[in-house]
Amino acid sequence: MGRYLIRRTLFLILVLFIVSLVTFIIFVKLPSSDPARRAVGKQTTPQQIANARRAFGLDKPVWVQYARFAKGLIPWPGLFLNEDVYFSYSNFVPVKEEVFSRLPVSMTLAFGAAVVWVLIGIPIGIISAVKRGSLADRAVMVFALFGVSAPVFWLAYLFLFVFWFKLHWAPQSGIPIGMSVWQAALTGRFVLPWLALSMTFAAFYARMIRGNLIETMGEDYIRTARAKGLSERRVIYKHGLRSALTPVVTMFGLDLGTLLGGAFITETVFNLPGIGQYAVRAIFNNDFPSVMGVTIFGAFFIALANLLVDVTYAFLDPRVRYT
Amino acid sequence: MPEPLLEVRNLTVHFPTDDGLVKAVDGVSISLQQGETLGVVGESGSGKSVTFLTVMGLIRTGQAVIEGEVIFQGQDLLKLPPDEMRTVRGDKISMIFQDPMTSLHPFYKVGYQIVEAIRTHHKVSKQEAHDQAVEMLRRVNIPRPEERADQYPHEFSGGMRQRAMIAMALSLNPDLLIADEPTTALDVTVQAQILELIDRLKQEFNASVVIITHDLGVVAEHCENIQVMYAGKAVEFGGARDIYYNANHPYTWGLLRSIARLDQAPGERLNPIKGLPPSLIHVPPGCAFHPRCPYAFDRCKTDVPELLPTDGHHASACHLSLADKERIFHEEVMVRS
Amino acid sequence: MSVEVTERPAPQGQTERRPLIRLRGVKKYFPITRGILFQRHIGDVHAVDGVDLDVFEGETVGLVGETGCGKSTLARVIMRLFEATDGTIEFDGQDITHLKGRPLRELRRNMQMIFQDPFASLNPRKTVGSIIGEPYRLHGTVPRNRIKPEVQQLMELVGLNPEHYNRYPHEFSGGQRQRIGVARSLALRPRLIVCDEPVSALDVSIQAQILNLLEDLQEEFNLTYLFIAHDLSVVRHVSDRVAVMYLGKIVEMASGDTLYRSPKHPYTGALLSAVPIPDPDLAAQRQRIILEGDVPSPIDPPSGCRFHPRCPNAQFPRCKEEEPLLREFDPGQVAACHFPLEQAVVGEIIPTSG
Repeated sequence: MGRYLIRRTLFLILVLFIVSLVTFIIFVKLPSSDPARRAVGKQTTPQQIANARRAFGLDKPVWVQYARFAKGLIPWPGLFLNEDVYFSYSNFVPVKEEVFSRLPVSMTLAFGAAVVWVLIGIPIGIISAVKRGSLADRAVMVFALFGVSAPVFWLAYLFLFVFWFKLHWAPQSGIPIGMSVWQAALTGRFVLPWLALSMTFAAFYARMIRGNLIETMGEDYIRTARAKGLSERRVIYKHGLRSALTPVVTMFGLDLGTLLGGAFITETVFNLPGIGQYAVRAIFNNDFPSVMGVTIFGAFFIALANLLVDVTYAFLDPRVRYT
Repeated sequence: MPEPLLEVRNLTVHFPTDDGLVKAVDGVSISLQQGETLGVVGESGSGKSVTFLTVMGLIRTGQAVIEGEVIFQGQDLLKLPPDEMRTVRGDKISMIFQDPMTSLHPFYKVGYQIVEAIRTHHKVSKQEAHDQAVEMLRRVNIPRPEERADQYPHEFSGGMRQRAMIAMALSLNPDLLIADEPTTALDVTVQAQILELIDRLKQEFNASVVIITHDLGVVAEHCENIQVMYAGKAVEFGGARDIYYNANHPYTWGLLRSIARLDQAPGERLNPIKGLPPSLIHVPPGCAFHPRCPYAFDRCKTDVPELLPTDGHHASACHLSLADKERIFHEEVMVRS
Repeated sequence: MSVEVTERPAPQGQTERRPLIRLRGVKKYFPITRGILFQRHIGDVHAVDGVDLDVFEGETVGLVGETGCGKSTLARVIMRLFEATDGTIEFDGQDITHLKGRPLRELRRNMQMIFQDPFASLNPRKTVGSIIGEPYRLHGTVPRNRIKPEVQQLMELVGLNPEHYNRYPHEFSGGQRQRIGVARSLALRPRLIVCDEPVSALDVSIQAQILNLLEDLQEEFNLTYLFIAHDLSVVRHVSDRVAVMYLGKIVEMASGDTLYRSPKHPYTGALLSAVPIPDPDLAAQRQRIILEGDVPSPIDPPSGCRFHPRCPNAQFPRCKEEEPLLREFDPGQVAACHFPLEQAVVGEIIPTSG
């Protein structure tokens, strides 16, 4: 296992390196206006533009520019997202500041939604598998169809309309200036975003659990468990679910990892100042340092999630052995 | 004549499917004495496994239409509510299955799975149950049982896994052990080990055993009585010597003639039973075997033969006269000189 | 054990005829690797570890052994589904050990295989006609408009109804599916057919049908069979000669009759004594050689004679230090053993009728 972890960590670093390189190349090749020119504004002199270019490091050769960005990705205090290189091309705010202030919002959104979709999706998936063919099963399948088909933004607006605008049950969306993420969560400002974001996942997981559990319950070791005289409840939970949930854990890790990089549709509709919102803005503004910062964060979470999930799988399934 | 340990009376198990009613078991009666080893022989579709899965309560009303009685130690198991049946299953009657690779849960240690069986039925501490489990592994000749109990099934070889299954099945000292094709998936030398183990443990635990198999060699060596099944019915029943030296049913003859035998000169052509096993939805009228039977006559196409005793407890379900049966057997089937 | 490059007399002693298949010193190792970034080769699974074998045209050679003995791997090496790690394989005088590309594809016309699992070896999405006719399409031996009649002829030959040309595998029973497999293997009129446990998955009464079919086809087409099975009764019935394998090596080889009447190798004796006999009186009389424990791992085979840890006849230190070579006992019978079975013991473990 040790060898395996070392190998995977090296690959993780390699992946992040490649991601940063590709991102950089895309921006270099993109036919867009010169950021220096845009930054200085309308009335400029060539001298001002040249100064701006020097400040942005755009006068250096391409590979030196990349090296500067790459250096800023090394996770060392002082180097990481340093302000000399990593500042927004649009408003000059350091990327580090933005990302770290927005990260808690995205994390709260992601983790909260994850809890909701697990609490909804798994139990109904189990019920529908155990009572296959019954009314409950069909209801769950209809819900699943709905959840998988309904786009997040549609759900988001629907919930806002019904629960905030009409019923006044939910508070206004967004986080007012001055309120911490904590307070926002406690006052219920995340409830609708959590629900909207989790619906699709809950539906998907319900279907997956249902399928896995039905298949698992047909295995020989379930017959052995029943032959031993175990209660049906024990057979389902300790023997059936144990196998059926293992692939779900893998999926969960990957989904969560992806979400931590920012769920931008939900953040936009609910006006939550998270990383996703920031990323979209940065992309539209050709704001390269911000995009690079956000991309690397996202890539890091996904790659780390991949690694953790694979390692966890080895603990769940004793037949899996990594060398 | 003491009370039989298990008596199955006229059991029918029919499965409703989209294609029709599958008559998996169609009026089967069995009588098993205390201390006996019964062999149940048949091919796929004979109903041999379904019969005993129903005895165990693993096939229940809801999945199938079940009629008849299953009297075990004086009680009709079919009439027991599920909770009570569960106290019998695993404790008084145990079952082991064909493929030991898939019959144990891959994610739990072997020792744990045995402990689970024990603690479901007996109120003992985890430690005590663990000790019992290790002891059982020792009794089935698994070396270093304390280490092995902490391992997972995939770390065991095929033969060892089957031993572990046997250990689990016998850990509660059941009165009846049902072994459904226990050696079919195993190598021949391992098969011999396992069967010898079952024989020995049967004595030690004073249990009765049912061996379900399609291998006529296995039942010859290990079973006192043999029941032959075809298309959901019992077609012949008798002691081992009755079946091998005086079989009374054309299906049994067909089986005996079609197998390659080690004790016979090689090179002669085998005599297979012509045709294919019947559909259990559209079972042939009269005797289900008649389309494949070289001795069938008119009555066989219309009247279902009953399992009738011919000599002692030797019984067969065939319209041929006893004289004809004996003649045919000795002229055409019997191999020994 | 080093590779024998020089000509060795055929194990059977029949040196006049050229064998259809000739194996000399064939080994197949599967490497085991470990490492962080660069995988180091740290060991091998010795699946097949030095096999010499001659198979003559028109005969049936049976190959028996238990899990881990290497018989299936050996079959696939002969079929060139694997490439041998060492040794030579000759087909009708031609060295095919390292054949590749076009010549290998053409070789396939001469060697075909029938598999164990009639469920898994047929593509469920193809019709039976398409499955059987595929070899014709792949090798171009039959013009397109003649494929269907040829296939139907084959179907009739193996006992299938030619009108079922357009049915799918799942519509057939196990025995019928195996017939489809047989038909497919016959399409190109091969000279050698490797049967890898062809009847193990079938019901007893169907087994006999398929075995008779194979026998009939052998006569009609002058086929050569390599018949792999673990059921000794079946192997004895169909084979002219039988080779017994243990942990990657052939430990005994003899004609069917000789092997079963006077086996020399204790492992053969153990196998024979383990076979259940469908005769209660004979079964009660016979003695058993019950082997202890399990087959050792082919990664690290025991020293000297591989069977020594489990052998009832083993004598130390010779059996542990010196690996026995195959030597001839009686004409046509070879075995690799220092202390072979006595005939008296054999009499007890193998019951004979009459």
